[in-house]
Amino acid sequence: MVEKTEQLPNGNLHTLSLLVENKPAVLQRIAGHFSRRGYNIESLAVGPTERPQYSRMTVVVRLTQRPVQLVVRQLEKLIPVIEVRELAAQDKIERELVLIKIRTPEKNHAELRAIADTYEAQIVDVSPDALMIEASGPAAKLDALEDRLALFGITELCRSGAIALERGFKTLAPPHMK
Amino acid sequence: MPKEKMTGACAVVRALELEGVEWIFGMPGGTILPIYDAIYTSSLKDKHILIRHEQVGGHAAEGYAHATGKVGVCMGTSGPGSTNLVTPIADAHMDSVPLVVITANVAAPLIGTDAFQEADITGITMPITKHNYLVTEAEEIPRIMKEAFHLARTGRPGPVHVDIPKDILNKTLDFEYPETVSVPGYMPPLREAPRIPDAAMLIRSSTRPCIYLGGGVRTGNAFAEVFEFCELVGAPVVTTLHGKGTFPETHPQCLRMFGMHGSRYANYTVQNSDLIVALGARFDDRVTGRLSTFAPEAKIIHLEVDPAEISKLVTATVPLVGDLKELLPQLTAEVRAIFSARGQPDLAPWWQRVSDWREKHPLRIRQEGEAQILPQTAIERIWQKCGGRAIVTTGVGAHQMWAAQFWVVSQPRRFITSGGLGTMGFCLPAAIGAQLACPDALVIGIDGDGSFQMTLQDLATASEHKLPIKIFILNNLFLGMVRQWQELFYEERFSETPLADLPDLVKLAEAYSCLGLRARTLPELDPVIEKALAYREGPCVVDIRVKAEEKVYPMVPAGAPLHDMIGGD
Repeated sequence: MVEKTEQLPNGNLHTLSLLVENKPAVLQRIAGHFSRRGYNIESLAVGPTERPQYSRMTVVVRLTQRPVQLVVRQLEKLIPVIEVRELAAQDKIERELVLIKIRTPEKNHAELRAIADTYEAQIVDVSPDALMIEASGPAAKLDALEDRLALFGITELCRSGAIALERGFKTLAPPHMK
Repeated sequence: MPKEKMTGACAVVRALELEGVEWIFGMPGGTILPIYDAIYTSSLKDKHILIRHEQVGGHAAEGYAHATGKVGVCMGTSGPGSTNLVTPIADAHMDSVPLVVITANVAAPLIGTDAFQEADITGITMPITKHNYLVTEAEEIPRIMKEAFHLARTGRPGPVHVDIPKDILNKTLDFEYPETVSVPGYMPPLREAPRIPDAAMLIRSSTRPCIYLGGGVRTGNAFAEVFEFCELVGAPVVTTLHGKGTFPETHPQCLRMFGMHGSRYANYTVQNSDLIVALGARFDDRVTGRLSTFAPEAKIIHLEVDPAEISKLVTATVPLVGDLKELLPQLTAEVRAIFSARGQPDLAPWWQRVSDWREKHPLRIRQEGEAQILPQTAIERIWQKCGGRAIVTTGVGAHQMWAAQFWVVSQPRRFITSGGLGTMGFCLPAAIGAQLACPDALVIGIDGDGSFQMTLQDLATASEHKLPIKIFILNNLFLGMVRQWQELFYEERFSETPLADLPDLVKLAEAYSCLGLRARTLPELDPVIEKALAYREGPCVVDIRVKAEEKVYPMVPAGAPLHDMIGGD
């Protein structure tokens, strides 16, 4: 029997780690690829790596129809993409950074400090009627912090999108460096 | 090779010379002038074909590449010159045609200022090329040109676009053409070795196998390997539009084209098979029909050079990723070994069913008692008059499907058409490219009146070079394929599909110094074909008036199961 692709109502989230050549328009090429194939990017973070000629991208993608292996193979077909790997939940360390601005009278600041401590977050800016909290960690932790702070009225929020690496000794590297 | 000082433009020209380019199709303009100036004093001067529209240059390069298996080259200037190349680039991308497309852009300091004839052409071609480059340093030109040709012709071939700002064409560099390329992200190593014994076991245990050949057989140049495999397995062979001719259509095993306008017997065979061996194919919607009902009992062996095609639409039971020419002989050897150890499966009952379908539902031409010329009759007569010994190019539409059904191809690279993108206007440019590639071959275009009018200005190019191409226009004064859909699915509301009887194709041909001929009735048909085939002094355009209401049958309506066909029984 020919197996049919599984249809999922809201789709599953997958964290993809990409090692790519650090060249002009690579971000455009990869972001464009996701939209052309009809895949939704939940977050995308890109930055330099231990080797200046390469960048590492962490893309969290929501897939409804296509298997993640196909997405990996399609990305690896792009010439500047060296290697792509899906990072399974149990095999990855995933972190995200958030900055949250709360407009609130000074009398609430003590309570906010206590909440921040619980989430290992820091108060990074204070003014008489506002403060800014910085937190990092897995997405779920930041979601919980956001929910907790929502009661005080979040006026501005910025999340970095996830970055992730695989646990253990395995690395993404060009063939000649493996 | 010692380094030599030259301009960026000269470096481009030198790279084209070193790549052994035989023909370049292009048109000059403001920003690409430095390259044209360099061509003027180079050996490429006699190898450049001035086309009248860049789109034609692109399709001509495709026709050349298809006929020869070599990389086609086309060029255009910035802005509209480059955007006119978008259609052929997309066409080549869909059909895996190796192209190197060179465009110039405005000078680097002007990029981003909305300068005259500026377009972000690399931004535009990014999703429709195998790869593209915006050159930022003159010193990069030799490496990028080397890479462009390498990427275009290897692996799954495709178009590679190189865009060079004008100031970089004028800068001086030390030219040294690299001997090797190093692209670390290209064709990453496979995660697992191909499971050839598993594939051979499936073939041994199948009682209703079917071999499905796609355009990858052509792009992979694996004709002999495929022939040997097919004869060994002894299964029915079906092809896609681009698979036509990769296995002789005259061979008793060949059921020819399947899919939306394939024969009933080919489609029934696919649908009833218990094993499909897909070689260089991608399960396009025009061949599978509704995916959920495609070959419901079949296991799938998918041998394909592009890993991203594996299980994209139909899950492969055994995927075999690799170059057809290298991998298929390994499978053939394994199958031969297993056949000699355990005997060959008995396919006689299966062939009995297939032969019954073939006898019961042949492709028919119902010309008898019909006063007007049927388009299928015209194709059959042209085939008979030249014994099928021609390279055929087509446009896109009903005429293309009739040509696919009735033009029997027994050799590879003899049926050149636009498949994936379905680009009307492809016929004349592709014929120009094919005739230049094969000057001694008989090159025949089978076109429609709608399709022909999209690129007809390049009769001038064909005429200037006295190319003896013969363009037969199956003229039904309609956008025929769209008309067919309107008749079948839109209750005969023929919205904007009737074409006025314009231009007078005979006079048009004469205006371009071509031979113009016309056949309105059946008795006129044979003499006109004979006259056209005998004419060698230049291009010939034949206006064949055909019955407007004739439809392409059988037909699988879009989204219907492959065995659910209209007509043709």
